Amino acid sequence: MALIEVSHLTRTFRVRGRPAVAAVDDLSFAVEPGEMVGYIGPNGAGKSTTIKMLTGILVPTSGSVRVAGVDPSRKRTQLARRIGVVFGQRTTLWWDLPLRDSFDLLQKIYRTDPARHRHNLEEFVELLALGDLLDTPVRQLSLGQRMRGDITAALLHDPEILYLDEPTIGLDVVSKGRLRDFLRTLNAERGTTLLLTTHDLQDIEALCRRVIVIDHGTAVYDGTLAGLHQQGGSTRTLVVDLVDEAPPISVPGATVRRVEGPRQWLSFPADSSAAPIVGAVVAAYDVADLSVQEPDIEDVIRELYSR
Amino acid sequence: MVDALVDFGRIARLWVRASMAYPASFWMLTFGSFVMTGLDFAAILVIFGRVDAIGGFSLGEVAFLYAGTGLGIAFGDFVVGRVERLGSMIRLGRLDTMMTKPVPLLVQVLADEFALRRLARIAQAGAVFAWAATTVDWNLSRVAVTVGMVVCGSLIFCGLFVMLASIQFWTADSAEAANAFTYGGNALTQYPLTVYPSEVVKVLTFVVPIAFVNWYPALYVLGRSDPFGLPGWLQFVSPVAAAVVLAATALVWRTGVRHYRSTGS
Amino acid sequence: MSPGLYVAIATRSFRRYSTYTAATVAGIFTNSAFGIILSFIYIAVWKASPHAGGYDVADALTYTWLGQAMIMPVAIWNGGTTDEFAERVRTGDIAIDFYRPVPPLGWYLAADLGRATYHLLTRGVAPSIVGALLFDLRGPASLAAAVGFAVAVPLGVTVSFGLRMIVSTTTFWLLDDIGPRTLHACLAMFFCGLTVPLVLLPDGLREVALRLPWASFLQVPSDIWLGKREGWAILGGLGQSAVWIAVLLGVAALLVRGGQRKLVVQGG
Repeated sequence: MALIEVSHLTRTFRVRGRPAVAAVDDLSFAVEPGEMVGYIGPNGAGKSTTIKMLTGILVPTSGSVRVAGVDPSRKRTQLARRIGVVFGQRTTLWWDLPLRDSFDLLQKIYRTDPARHRHNLEEFVELLALGDLLDTPVRQLSLGQRMRGDITAALLHDPEILYLDEPTIGLDVVSKGRLRDFLRTLNAERGTTLLLTTHDLQDIEALCRRVIVIDHGTAVYDGTLAGLHQQGGSTRTLVVDLVDEAPPISVPGATVRRVEGPRQWLSFPADSSAAPIVGAVVAAYDVADLSVQEPDIEDVIRELYSR
Repeated sequence: MVDALVDFGRIARLWVRASMAYPASFWMLTFGSFVMTGLDFAAILVIFGRVDAIGGFSLGEVAFLYAGTGLGIAFGDFVVGRVERLGSMIRLGRLDTMMTKPVPLLVQVLADEFALRRLARIAQAGAVFAWAATTVDWNLSRVAVTVGMVVCGSLIFCGLFVMLASIQFWTADSAEAANAFTYGGNALTQYPLTVYPSEVVKVLTFVVPIAFVNWYPALYVLGRSDPFGLPGWLQFVSPVAAAVVLAATALVWRTGVRHYRSTGS
Repeated sequence: MSPGLYVAIATRSFRRYSTYTAATVAGIFTNSAFGIILSFIYIAVWKASPHAGGYDVADALTYTWLGQAMIMPVAIWNGGTTDEFAERVRTGDIAIDFYRPVPPLGWYLAADLGRATYHLLTRGVAPSIVGALLFDLRGPASLAAAVGFAVAVPLGVTVSFGLRMIVSTTTFWLLDDIGPRTLHACLAMFFCGLTVPLVLLPDGLREVALRLPWASFLQVPSDIWLGKREGWAILGGLGQSAVWIAVLLGVAALLVRGGQRKLVVQGG
């Protein structure tokens, strides 16, 4: 049996005066131990609702969830010992107290073997550079520092599964990079199963071989990332600012999507390199400036839907 | 069950340590709390400067009643008082966070920002009790009934606090209405129930059993017959009242949690 | 700094507080419950001593319900705009308030009066109707009493604002005003007569209590309403409140300015 099994999972919400909305609608997937799964979709697609059902916070309207063979909504406290959860937008730490106190309390609550706890703590403190921050109250930490604290807190008890709900939201580029490196190492060395919800495609590119795309509560794609780009036919965009207005640029491998005065938008397949196209444009036209835009998750999904 | 209590202690201890980091603030608040709860008794003393008895009860007897309900609400508030902040915890997303941890939800709610200063209320009620006790004619059975009174009174208030706070699973804005039952319940039992019409007392006996917090056991300890002519065995059934309240509380709390887990925040 | 500006501030504050309907209804319920409980207690007290403190039972009951009506307007516990002031000092946002065209004291006072008006009209009037339906209450003793009461109430709220503002300014120095706030609440609860009517206090203490600022919250307006203060005594009561307003607002203004200076020195 898979570590996480979701079968025809549905969660509807009734909002006063309006018909019921299905935040999650007939969702099914399975996750094996050691996988790193990206769970992506636009805002309001049902990502957080799924995580809440996987962790036992929300009860499904219909369908079933089994995590490590157990129904999370029935065995919440029992399952809690085997999972770690990181919420991007709020902390699981105790706000007014120093980090160190939160970690100590967690060791007691999770009944972690003290030696194992100490070992884990030392390792994470070093990997996540928390050494100077242990005595700082959580309330005084920056977002990035707090996130590192939250991740440590979620991992101290050696959970088999780590859920991350929008973990990189609000972080600067450098912090995002460090966080992604850490998660990759975690999965490689400890075999921790990772389920990561995000609407930042870069997170997925960096971390996940498998991607589940959720839109309006259903999985519209479940497979590899490369496959997603292919299937979604996702495109990158080259924005060219010509010196003077000109008719639509013609170069192999790219199509002009839009023209506004001297600016033109060219799209080309996401999995091919921009370099030859840039070279071709610059060689044949007078270019003042250009930039490359990455595919938006919304674009990818829109493409998927339009099929 | 034992695990839950142990975890409650661990979390609570953490907050106590944190509050002791600012001792001046802690002691100022504790003192303020002591005085604030003492004001009600000051009122009783002022009133007895003008009269010799209220509702047929003397100052010593009223003090005993006051102390009984005072200790009940003081212990209740000490253990479960934090549940009044439930609405705020929900609004801040703290409840979801709590549910990711392997500790029962209610335990975490009650231990959250545990405030040791609430001991002040216990001390204040205890002081009045100590004085009132000097006016009572004690024997073994009266001592037993008094112990039962304080224990059951505390359990009843614990139940009321949690039950009424559960409303905040549905609506946090109307939370203040709960005060009418908890602090109102305490206020009305500070005086002998003879000041109220008999219909009210019957409601307080058979519908919202606040009268068992102190009134009925006190009638026994003070050696008085029931002024409303209600049966004497009522003076011994506080444990039953407490059990009924706690059962209702468990039901309401569980329903509230179920509602929360079906609608999210 | 036209009066129109202050009225606008008060009106906006009134409207802001009027959005909390559920909380107001819950509050009316609670005020009514406490009013009922206290009424029965005082009926019993006055049965045992029918002319205690120069009141009869109808006076005492009226006083009780006036007390319940005044709790929110004078914001004994919290709920006044001075809470916001303290919070803004804590977060540092108070610096913005100092740039307004209206001095902070005036701003918060106008807002507090707007708030108090809302609370009086809702949590003041509604429980009073409940009280009047259930018990035998007294109306204002005369036209002069009604007018005097109508003036005494905003004066009482302003006195309370002055006291609360002084307490809140301690946030400039103490980071958290919860300590002073609690201690002030203890004094206020007792000396405004909500714990027990001031007329019941033993003679010496009563004379002192009647001169303290907290007497303006409830005792002075009630005595006017009940006709215990007549003729010049009405003006005397209002004058006492006015004197306290001058003193308290003066002290508050000094403290606010001191706090402002401290912020500037600290670098905001």
